[in-house]
Amino acid sequence: MGLELLEGSTAIARSAIAAGCGFFAGYPMSPFTGLLESMSRELPAAGGVCLNAESEIEGVNMTLGAAAAGARAATGSCGQGIALMQEAIAEAALNETPFVVFNMARNQQDYFQATRGGGWGDYRTITLAPKDVPEAVEHTQLLFHLADKHRAPVMLYGDPLLAQTRVGVSIEPRDFGSLPPKDWVLDGTGGGTGHSRQVWTWAMGKATDPGPGPDRHWRSIAAKFDAIAAAEARHEQAYVEGAETVVVSFGSAAKFVEHVVDELRAEGHRIGWFRPVTLWPFPGAALTAATRGARQVLVFELNAGQMLDDVRIHAADRDAVRFIGGVSISESGLAYGELMDAPVIRTRILEGVA
Amino acid sequence: MTTIDTSRPPEGPAKLAADFKPNLLLGEHSLCPGCGEPVALRLLLEVLQELDIVQRTIGVVGHGCYGSFVRIMDVDVLQCLHGRAPSCATGIKRVRPDVAVFTMQGDGDMANEGLQEVLHAAARGEKITCVLLNNGVFGDTGGQLTATTVLGQRTKTSLSGRDADEHGYPIPVADLVAGLRGAAYVARGGVGTAGGVAQTKRILRRAFETQLSGAGFGLVEILTMCPTGWFVPAGEGPDYLGESMEKVYPLGELISP
Repeated sequence: MGLELLEGSTAIARSAIAAGCGFFAGYPMSPFTGLLESMSRELPAAGGVCLNAESEIEGVNMTLGAAAAGARAATGSCGQGIALMQEAIAEAALNETPFVVFNMARNQQDYFQATRGGGWGDYRTITLAPKDVPEAVEHTQLLFHLADKHRAPVMLYGDPLLAQTRVGVSIEPRDFGSLPPKDWVLDGTGGGTGHSRQVWTWAMGKATDPGPGPDRHWRSIAAKFDAIAAAEARHEQAYVEGAETVVVSFGSAAKFVEHVVDELRAEGHRIGWFRPVTLWPFPGAALTAATRGARQVLVFELNAGQMLDDVRIHAADRDAVRFIGGVSISESGLAYGELMDAPVIRTRILEGVA
Repeated sequence: MTTIDTSRPPEGPAKLAADFKPNLLLGEHSLCPGCGEPVALRLLLEVLQELDIVQRTIGVVGHGCYGSFVRIMDVDVLQCLHGRAPSCATGIKRVRPDVAVFTMQGDGDMANEGLQEVLHAAARGEKITCVLLNNGVFGDTGGQLTATTVLGQRTKTSLSGRDADEHGYPIPVADLVAGLRGAAYVARGGVGTAGGVAQTKRILRRAFETQLSGAGFGLVEILTMCPTGWFVPAGEGPDYLGESMEKVYPLGELISP
C-alpha cells in the first residue's frame, strides 16, 4: 500500500480500526477532538461503535464495559479529561480489563499524570510516546496488542503536533505475535452453569468457586507489573558510545533534539541522544548504560522537569544530570511555545554543555 | 388437582417460601436481618430464569450492600465503579446487542454518585435495564443521608431528621427518568408487603421484556427495607417502609411501551 497524506488524528483512527478496534467513546477536548471526530466518521462504517460520551467519566466507563465484553476498545482525552478518567484506568488495571487510552496531551506537562497515574492502588500504565505520526500509527496497533497481552489499560502519549500534523503514512494491520485467548471475557453464557464469570477488582469469586480475594489478587497484579517493567521497556538512542554529552527527551521534542544533535555531531561535538519510547516502563537500565561515560546528561522536556526524576534515578552519574527544558506554552494554551524550536534547543544544549 | 392424603402424617415439615431457592442462587446472602435487598435479588433471578435468558445475560453491579451478591448470583457479572454501572452496561450492550444487560445499584450509587450516568443512558435510549434498590440510606457505610432520603428521616448525617432547609429535598429517580424520551419502561415496586413483592416481580419481568423487544431503556426502582440503617427493629422494616418511603415514592408503572 502506498503513502496517503493524512492528519495525525485520522491516521491514528485508521490505525486503531486496522488493529480491530470495535468500540470508541470520547468527549471532545482539543487536541483530542480530531481523533474523536475521525473515529465518529470512520468506525461505524467499519462495523464498530463510536459514542460521543456525555463526559469523560462516562466515556472511559463505557470503554471499560465494552472491553469487559470482549471488544478491542479505546477512549481518549487530554489533561483534565484524563484526570477524570484516572479512577477508571486504575480500576481497569486492577480488574484486568484491557483498553487503549489516547492521551492527546496539550503539551508535555502530563508526564507525571501518565506515568504515575492519579488512580488508586498498586498499578502502572504502559505508556508509549511516539515522536511523530508514522510512529504513532505503529504504536496505536502495538498498544492494542500490549493491552490484550497483559490484560491492562495502556496509553498513547500524544500532543498537538501528532494530532494535527499532516504526514504521508501507510496504514496496514501489523502482526505483533500471538496473544493469550480471551477466555475471561463476559459474554453472558456463564449464567446457570455454576461457573459464571466475574470481572471484579476484589476477585473474591463465587460462593461455590472462591477467587483469590484482594490480598492475593493485588499481589499478583503487582507482580504482573514488575514483569511488564522488566520486559516491555523500549528506547532509541544514537551516538551514545563515547559521547561526552547525552540529551534525553521524549515524544515530539525528541524529534527536534535528534535534528539538533545531528547538526552538532556534524560540527564535531561528542554528543548523542537517548529517547524513552515507553515512558512507563521507563528504560532505566538502558539509560544507565547509555550515560556511563557521559560528563553531561541533559534533559529536554516541555515542562518544569518531570521525566527529569526518572533520568536522575537511572543516569549512571546523577550529578551529571542537568535540566535544559521548561514550561513553554502558546498564548492559546493549546500548543507549544517558543521553546519547541530547533535553534532554541540548540542554544540550550550548548549552554548545558558549557 | 392434587389430592392430599390426610389419613397419614406428612413425610416432612411444611416448607417455607425461603426453602424454594432460585437455581441461580449459589449460596446464602450475608446482609442484615430484615433487609429488603435479598428479596429483590431473588425476584430478579427468578425473572431471568422464567424468561429463559440465563445464558445470555450480563449483570453490572455497583457499590453497596448488594455488591456482595456478585458472590452468590450465578450470572456473568462486571463489578464496576461506584455510580458508573449504566455507562459500563452501555459499553457491554453496544458490543453484545443480543445479550440482556442489567445494572444493580443502590440509591447512593445511582442517585448520589452516578445520577448523570442513568439519566444520560435513559436519554440515549440504551437497551438496558437499570435496577435501583432504593432504601433511602447508605446502608453499607452504616446509615447516612442519601439523595433519596425522605424528609424527616433520621440518619447518622441528619440526626434530627432530613430537613429541607438544610439538606434539600429527596430525588424521585423513577419520575426523573420517566420524563426522558429514551425511556421505554419505568416502574416502581416495593418489597415491604407480599403484594408489593408480587407486583415487583411483574415489573421486573416487564422491564426485561421491554429490553428484549428493543423498545428502549428500562428502569425499575425497588423500595427496600433497611432496618439497620433506619435504626428500627428488623421486624418493623416493612411497616416503616410503607409509612415513610412509599408515601413519597408511590408504587406502580410510570411509563410502559
